[in-house]
Amino acid sequence: MSTELLSSQPDSDTELLTGAEIFIRCLVEERVSTVFGYPGGAVLHIYDELHKQREVDHILVRHEQGATHAAEGYAKSTGKVGVALVTSGPGATNAVTGIADAYMDSVPIVVFTGQVRTALIGNDAFQEVDTVGITRPCVKHNILVKTVEEMPLAIRRAFHIASTGRPGPVVVDLPKDVTEQKMPFAYPENPHLRSYQPTTVGHAGQIKRAIKLLEKAERPIIYSGGGVISSNAHEELTEFTRLTGFPITNTLMGLGAFPGTDPQFVQMLGMHGSYEANMAMHHSDTLIAVGARFDDRITGNLEKFCPYAKVIHIDIDPSSISKNFPVHVPVVGDAKHVLRAMIDDLKQRERALPDISAWWDQIHEWAKKDSFAYKQEMDADIKPQYVLDALYRLTEGEAFVTSDVGQHQMWVAQLYKFNKPRRWINSGGLGTMGFGLPAAMGVQLAHPDSLVCCVTGEASIQMCIQELSTCRQYGLPIKVINLNNRYMGMVRQWQDFFYDSRYAMSYMEALPDFVKLAESYGHVGVKVEQAKDVEPTLKEVLAMKDRLVFVDVVTDPRENVFPMIAPGAAHNEMILS
Amino acid sequence: MRRILAVLLENEAGALSRVANLFSARGINIDSLAVTPTSDETLSRMTLVTYGDDRILEQITKQLHKLVDVVTVMDLTAKEHMERELALIKVRFENAEDVDELQQVNKVYGGRIADANELCYTSEVVGTSGEIEDYITALSAHEIVEVVRSGPLGIRRGEKALEIGHHL
Ligand SMILES: Cc1ncc(C[n+]2csc(CCOP(=O)(O)OP(=O)(O)O)c2C)c(N)n1
Repeated sequence: MSTELLSSQPDSDTELLTGAEIFIRCLVEERVSTVFGYPGGAVLHIYDELHKQREVDHILVRHEQGATHAAEGYAKSTGKVGVALVTSGPGATNAVTGIADAYMDSVPIVVFTGQVRTALIGNDAFQEVDTVGITRPCVKHNILVKTVEEMPLAIRRAFHIASTGRPGPVVVDLPKDVTEQKMPFAYPENPHLRSYQPTTVGHAGQIKRAIKLLEKAERPIIYSGGGVISSNAHEELTEFTRLTGFPITNTLMGLGAFPGTDPQFVQMLGMHGSYEANMAMHHSDTLIAVGARFDDRITGNLEKFCPYAKVIHIDIDPSSISKNFPVHVPVVGDAKHVLRAMIDDLKQRERALPDISAWWDQIHEWAKKDSFAYKQEMDADIKPQYVLDALYRLTEGEAFVTSDVGQHQMWVAQLYKFNKPRRWINSGGLGTMGFGLPAAMGVQLAHPDSLVCCVTGEASIQMCIQELSTCRQYGLPIKVINLNNRYMGMVRQWQDFFYDSRYAMSYMEALPDFVKLAESYGHVGVKVEQAKDVEPTLKEVLAMKDRLVFVDVVTDPRENVFPMIAPGAAHNEMILS
Repeated sequence: MRRILAVLLENEAGALSRVANLFSARGINIDSLAVTPTSDETLSRMTLVTYGDDRILEQITKQLHKLVDVVTVMDLTAKEHMERELALIKVRFENAEDVDELQQVNKVYGGRIADANELCYTSEVVGTSGEIEDYITALSAHEIVEVVRSGPLGIRRGEKALEIGHHL
């Protein structure tokens, strides 16, 4: 990287700034208003500069994992790049889980890690780790900045790479001496990346071929994923779906890209997807995959996946196409552009698409199974689904909902109908317990006036519970709904199915009193133990608009998530109850 | 199936390990790898030999393209191309007469004696990987002390070169 790449050369007599000052200026240039971070020796120059200015807010988390998840929550709910700042060594290693999480779910974040002085690199210096080496397999890109002259271009590139193409995390490693070296500041307009040019516009010939397949479809289904949300293509997806009249299913990551209450929506698919969605996938003759990656939790047994379908796959990442499952018509491009082109093409056609009413009749028949149904007796244990149903009704489907990982996550996905994108914030690819609360902080900071709920379990919440302190410091009025079944429910469920109910280590003993715990952090805590109290309590909780409320709901410890496709099974081999 | 890939990548610390990581993370072995600077000092060129079916190769080339440091990838196996590998072979003979045999073999394969020390000879030979293997076999009646091979370098036949902006 040479300085001559800088498009705007500074005058020789301009003021000299330190690397730390330049760092702040770069953030301002990238319109970063919020940074989630935690200080330490290697980043103290930067913290000193943060202290002196007002343009960038710094949110002090309580663990660096929280900083990266908060940055993810911020990014997922806004579409903007989330930013985290941590120190070298343990600061960087603590951040790795969030970086890997962002990598798996294609979340645009930039993580700045402090590093020991350049002269000490490789000497096993105090708090030195090879951050670039450790994070290499779980970043979209990473950069070690070796001189201050390299810093502006490195940061320009980091934001560009994180936010374009298939988004993802970028790590920028900043040795301490780089943040004290001086130079005149100029921010490059162009990231100058000759080797990085994501394809956005779909190939016209491939789009034509895709349309040809649609014209012959008798049993079509649209299967859309998180990529549609990343590319802000929800309007195009909705228009395309309405125009074709085809049924549509969303992945866990794609919920909200198409209105969850629309009659064309056949619910989520995959391991815990609806009966109708999975059966329709299995029997379809034409599959239109958009921004989805044929993950194993979606496909089940690949050998038996969609055996009758011709497959169209629209994705911005060529390596996603035919990675797990061979497709017939690949279209590399941004979902927004490609869907727009397909809509335009369809509208110009005289010939209507084939009548698929027989297919819809079949789907409606499958839907009668009502596979997400549950029964709540008012004098029995509280069903977790009942709580989420109530939450959905009381919030009118308008809340931002984050979740942790486990049964509760699947129940939110099944029961909370998201009509808008970027409202459902969860960890899909990595499945990171501990994600929910810090992610909710990022969402709440980005949307200070909106209702943000974190649905969690008593096991997951304890993985980042320290962030309750951050929530207190910044007055974040998140509503934490803890579905407390005294089990690592999802683990217990697998033990029920595959290990003759031997509950090895999946019970939660010695649980804290969550109400007192919340109170000791300065929040409101409430406990719900009876079904009849669920709705009235939630109503009161939601009315406490300016407080974080921790709602500990004691739920049925035996409830399992259905339907379920066991690993190795096919879509038409669901366990229904 | 044996595959030979030509890759242009940014001449930066870390670029090589990104490529190596990509293979190891997928459990795919790199059979040989040659990396050198090019006439453009900002670029390195890599010739890489690996084994895999079409699907593995497709995924690997796509993943290589996805690396920000990788500028160009070409599957030479799919094109008219040539390969050359350099080998240095150290052989110890029992008697001085045997050295004649080495000279015979060198004549056939275009090899050359690069170093001699008593009855220990180091010869150099350039050829395709197959030719080099044949050369070594031809000397196998003697004590082969050491063999060093560069791994093949590859280039397309004809006028076309591997350039920035080349796509598969
Ligand atoms: C960091 C991490 N460790 C372990 C797991 C494996 N795991 C998946 S779900 C689960 C249980 C979660 O329990 P809880 O948070 O109580 O939610 P529930 O399933 O009961 O709703 C575990 C341990 C994981 N996903 N993440």
